Amino acid sequence: MQEWANLALETARVRGASFADARVMDIRQRDLSTKNGQVGTLSELESLGLGVRVMANGCWGFASTDRLTREGAQSCAAQAVKIARASALAKRHDVVLVPEQAHVDTWQNPFIKDPFAIPLEAQLGLLLAADAEMRRVAGVTLAETSMQFRRIEQWYASSLGSRIHQIKMQSGAGIVAMSFAGNEIQKRSYPASFGGQHQLAGYELIESLDLVAHAPRVAEEAVALHKAAMCPEGQRDIILESSQLGLQIHESVGHPIELDRVLGMEANFAGMSFLTLDKLGKLRYASDIVNVVADARLEHGPGLGTFGYDDEGVPAQCTDIIKAGLFTGYLSDRETAATIALRRSGGTMRAESWNRLPMIRMTNVSLLPGEWRYDDLIADTDDAILMATNRSWSIDDRRYHFQFSTEIGWEIKGGKKGRMIKNPSYSGITTEFWNSCDAICSRDHWTLWGTPNCGKGQPQQTMGTGHGASPSRFRNVRVGVAFAK
Amino acid sequence: MCPARKSARRSPASRKQSVRGPAVAEPHLPSETELRRIAERILRLSDADETEVEVDAAVDALTRFANNTIHQNVAEQTLNVSVRTVFDGQTARATTNKTDDESLRRVVATSKTLARSQPKTPGLLPMPGRQKYAAVQRYFPGTAGATPDDRARAVAAVVSRAEKNAQTAAGIFSTGAFAMLLANSRGLCATHRQTRAEFSVTMLEGDSSGWAKANSPDLRQLDPEALAAAASEKSAASRHPREVEPGRWTVILEPSAVQDLVGFLSYDFAGTAVLDQRSCFNKRIGKKVMGENVTLRDDVTHPLQFGAPFDGEGVPRQKVLLVDRGVPKNLVYARATAKKMKTSTTGHGFPLPNDVGEAPLNLVLDGGNTSVPEMVASTDRGILLTRLWYIREVDPYEKILTGMTRDGSFLVENGRIVAGIRNFRFNQNILEMLSSVEQLSPAVRAAGEESFEIVAPAMKIRDFHFTEVTKF
Repeated sequence: MQEWANLALETARVRGASFADARVMDIRQRDLSTKNGQVGTLSELESLGLGVRVMANGCWGFASTDRLTREGAQSCAAQAVKIARASALAKRHDVVLVPEQAHVDTWQNPFIKDPFAIPLEAQLGLLLAADAEMRRVAGVTLAETSMQFRRIEQWYASSLGSRIHQIKMQSGAGIVAMSFAGNEIQKRSYPASFGGQHQLAGYELIESLDLVAHAPRVAEEAVALHKAAMCPEGQRDIILESSQLGLQIHESVGHPIELDRVLGMEANFAGMSFLTLDKLGKLRYASDIVNVVADARLEHGPGLGTFGYDDEGVPAQCTDIIKAGLFTGYLSDRETAATIALRRSGGTMRAESWNRLPMIRMTNVSLLPGEWRYDDLIADTDDAILMATNRSWSIDDRRYHFQFSTEIGWEIKGGKKGRMIKNPSYSGITTEFWNSCDAICSRDHWTLWGTPNCGKGQPQQTMGTGHGASPSRFRNVRVGVAFAK
Repeated sequence: MCPARKSARRSPASRKQSVRGPAVAEPHLPSETELRRIAERILRLSDADETEVEVDAAVDALTRFANNTIHQNVAEQTLNVSVRTVFDGQTARATTNKTDDESLRRVVATSKTLARSQPKTPGLLPMPGRQKYAAVQRYFPGTAGATPDDRARAVAAVVSRAEKNAQTAAGIFSTGAFAMLLANSRGLCATHRQTRAEFSVTMLEGDSSGWAKANSPDLRQLDPEALAAAASEKSAASRHPREVEPGRWTVILEPSAVQDLVGFLSYDFAGTAVLDQRSCFNKRIGKKVMGENVTLRDDVTHPLQFGAPFDGEGVPRQKVLLVDRGVPKNLVYARATAKKMKTSTTGHGFPLPNDVGEAPLNLVLDGGNTSVPEMVASTDRGILLTRLWYIREVDPYEKILTGMTRDGSFLVENGRIVAGIRNFRFNQNILEMLSSVEQLSPAVRAAGEESFEIVAPAMKIRDFHFTEVTKF
């Protein structure tokens, strides 16, 4: 496969490209789901193709093809050059890239059990068993389960001389119980909502989730929510469990630090960012106990943002984003790094598939653990709402104002977890919210969550990102506004 | 000769031909005959009880600009072969983008292995046989043949306007073509070809922005410079935005904003969603839950709609009256859902197997006779909204949606636009919203961001619920 990438590079060079890189990607994906005791989705997909990015006349062009033949690779590269020359018809200045070394390497994430080697009957059997456990609970009107596996093998070559071969194996699973009664649909998910937990791991991740054991609790909570007290409206302290906090990090830290957004390159669709360049190194993003990193290295964990090299051949790195509350770093690529005079790309370029242009994507943007034991945090809290498992999320196009709702909440009164709360929601302004953080639980309670469905770009691309978090407390947050009359 | 050796012998590195290669072959859609040949190969390779094959091909290109320059410019050519096999109550799907004999044999084998690995699905229906479809003309050669230079020249003109007005332009100009063929072992064969062009532009200034977007199967129907002019005027008119208080406001929603809200109802009209008790129309069919002036239908043949006249199983899409003067009247049904609910299919099913069943994807919302300027003129105090953003469902049964306003939000007082305003967050019950429609414009092909295309009017609505305001 590397040869098709090499041939594309050579064609691009002959056609006049000043820089080129090419990726062959071979993707295999399996999707399984059940609904109310029956198999829902059962499918496999494979996709193989070549994407070629070139610079000519100081502008970018990108073309892709699924015709992996000599003529196909050459034609694709030539088309990319032609497109780059067309880009120059509306050029303001030549694109400049920061330097990067050539890398020749092979990288693969470790995993124990190849999910594609596990018998389908066993995978479906596990999902159907969890489905049955949920439907055992009276009041459950809909039980759903799902698994997804994705193997991505890619060969990267650049005109700098890089030749990189990577294999990534992803696995994920989750279960959902829903209950319709009166005028309410209530829902509980495990281990997280919108597909559950996803990591760069093998089938051992699925086994570790123990879906069947958690199914009865999930179902019982979905039904019990109908009789729970409504989330109050007003200013309250809140404690967010870690998967909800993972999404909070994704939306209110991960996206605003994307340098392409900051520089206006996403203005028409995904939007821009309040984190203008003047704020770097000066903005008190958060309270001084808050430390956030963007870490794509394997030592951070098996996140969906873990890799050996990004899709423009830059090695995985760890960048400090928030250090003791201070805003210290962006997510960058070779072009945006040059624009703001960084010495090197942060290594965050990734593409969904061979037919998509790499763009700046979150790696593992994680809140580093604090020092609190979870029980101590609850005991230390007089009056708050504990919120768990995302139900809806929305944030403005500069990432200032957000609103989240969660599936379930509990009152914390006098240091004890009390009655269940339904329809919890909270909202705020990003920097005010993060500056109200006064407690973060320790590594014992820290989980590296996977968000498999992050959308960005035109044509839109879906990418997996990682977010490590542990339960944390935020003071004096507005709650309940989503259901305000 | 083993395949590995054969492959090695043909490896590109071993060739001594000129690397410059042939002249650039412009990407093009395969002919219907080529698609049919692939489908026939699949059907010959399969010994399942029943086999269905869908072959999709697309040629797409997108020119993206920001900061008054083209910064991304991409093209793709794809072809996917998707195979569904059936064995006595078991069915599954496998998809590949490789069309060599070995890959086609493998995709059939994978589909069969997946199908046989599961318990039997009670009541799995036999595949449908030959069908007749309504004719829709959605393929325009001029759109399929648009070049990178065509798109770049249009962008250059838009950028010139932005620079002249001391504004910054960002947006996309895309063109493409799509062809599909769906066939099965019972003799069904359905084909569809269409083209698509889309232009979207945001004009930005120091503290304001304006947006406009349009799409069509026919490139000639797009006027990028006119869209840029509209976005530019909105940006200029919303300079120095005021902060006004959240609360219940009379709003005028332009068609893209209407599309993005009403589109969230689509999946609630699925028979499966009602069976699953996840639809907001559960227990509400036949009850007046919207205003008398709201009539919604699904009609794939509408001249302002896109798409194929058949569903994921090849069943003809029927016109369905979903809401008649405020009363939800009908749902849509895939074949299996129709059988469960003892009714007839409407031809809205997704490819099998799936969890969600069906949905109407060609919504047409009846319009009225009031233009947006007339709505503004008739408003004592209200807000005019161009675009909504990041809409998510807060309550699935009460159908409360949250989201933000964006790129052109204006305060209306005494019948005229008086200022731009800072953007709001809304939390709005959509059924209540559609019970509070005071005026409608003629319906147009709306182009939003959060829903598939809907033919929709602008709407003037009372008591729209803004809950908070952001910083810009």
